[in-house]
Amino acid sequence: MASSGAGYDLSASTFSPDGRIFQVEYASKAVENAGTVIGIKASNGIVLGVSKPLLHKMVVPSTCSYKRIHSVDEHAGIASTGFLPDARQLVGRAIDEAANWEDQYGVKVPPEVLADRLGYFMHYYTLSGGLRPFGASCVIGAYDQDTKQYKLHMVEPNGSAASYYGVATGKGKQAAKTELEKLNLHKEPCTVDEAVKHIAKILTMLHQENKDNEGKPLEMELSWICEASKYKHVGVPKARIAEVTAWVQEQLEEEDDDEEEAMEE
Amino acid sequence: MLPAAVPSRQHTVQPMVTGTSVLGIVYDKGVLLAADTLLSYGSMAKAQNIPRLHVVENTVIGASGEYSDFQRILEILKAKALEETTTSVMDSLYTEESGMTAENTWNYLRMLLYSRRSKFNPFWNELLVAGKDLKGKPFLGSVDKIGTTVRDNFIATGFGAYLAMPLLREKWRPDLTEGEARALLEDCMKILFFRDCRASPRIQLAKCAYDEVLVSEPYELDTAAAWQAEAYRQSVGELEDDGGW
Repeated sequence: MASSGAGYDLSASTFSPDGRIFQVEYASKAVENAGTVIGIKASNGIVLGVSKPLLHKMVVPSTCSYKRIHSVDEHAGIASTGFLPDARQLVGRAIDEAANWEDQYGVKVPPEVLADRLGYFMHYYTLSGGLRPFGASCVIGAYDQDTKQYKLHMVEPNGSAASYYGVATGKGKQAAKTELEKLNLHKEPCTVDEAVKHIAKILTMLHQENKDNEGKPLEMELSWICEASKYKHVGVPKARIAEVTAWVQEQLEEEDDDEEEAMEE
Repeated sequence: MLPAAVPSRQHTVQPMVTGTSVLGIVYDKGVLLAADTLLSYGSMAKAQNIPRLHVVENTVIGASGEYSDFQRILEILKAKALEETTTSVMDSLYTEESGMTAENTWNYLRMLLYSRRSKFNPFWNELLVAGKDLKGKPFLGSVDKIGTTVRDNFIATGFGAYLAMPLLREKWRPDLTEGEARALLEDCMKILFFRDCRASPRIQLAKCAYDEVLVSEPYELDTAAAWQAEAYRQSVGELEDDGGW
């Protein structure tokens, strides 16, 4: 659906004749070309996962450099993708919103409020000709201590925020969304442990399907909020990630074998 | 003609709801703090079961002076702790250790209190900070409302500086055991109850030792025996031949 902007795409404050703001759409393109992010709201927790394409071998591949999942408060975290410096600005804004809410009202910011505030902020940058929209999407996972519920939201470059059972964005979002729909999360939520496995499996599959990634190891960042993490947003324990990675390898090999058998028949 | 509006006061000139002394002592394995649980409103005993020793990360802070300022200081420290441990740290998805020790909390409080005093709007408190220093050794320090900092093996704020410090100076040794330190502090708290009009016998202790930071529930000091002292039961005039002069 590539259409030429033909002069209507020079500024975020201009509509095209068919009612589109091209600058905002171009910002979404930045997100579509970046690493995949998947979030799942389980019955007893939230899991966020990011696939980090290894930029080049001189970059130190630990979570310290170009960290993609950030804690916004004890009870909330954001996994972002797109133009990474823009994403970092958004995370900084979310941190400020959360700290401000706690300072004023004495309680942790409710997840919906955090998502709304971030949405307002991102939307503001789509209103003026002098500013450009943020080229990043944020997936927000948070726990509401009052209602004892987990909430998953995604905020996009146009400023829209919605709550999700499962969400994917970034390069592999189409394939990831198909896989998530197969899981039927909207009818029957899975558990947090299953969610970790699903996300790891989907991210690994997407990584392997891309021929360019032949021989390159997958860098994954996984974080969760659940009872085991004391309802705080922390990284999924490294031991668990190792287990799950091994499980994913087995699963994919089995599926490959099954496919081969099916083809032979 | 409407009367002109009186400008509202922009700077603290006097404390309203106050706490009295806080005592601290370093013993062989850590630090002990003691404070009573009374909040006074001038000469009125306003609230009698209010904790004046609070834990922030792995540090205990005790405050005397204006209680509302102490509450604000605690809010500020909690927000700082959130930044240090959750939102700024590069590795925070996996970090369990906090970067905030008692020593750097003490330094941060110094900056906070000194900058407020420099604007003639002080936090009207004297704070004791207890925990570990940057090298892991037991740490006890104080910060007052004008930003003076003191680090020592035993410190007392408020009236304690006059009544308790002499006792602490006399009895302190570097190899005090926890039991001895506790007995010493309780003795000082009793003296303070007897002689400080704004003190109460309901006290609370806090301990920072090894890796544990604990604050006790408030309990009453046993002062009944003291009222039986000879001097209270017999007038001094009858005690000696010369009438006690």
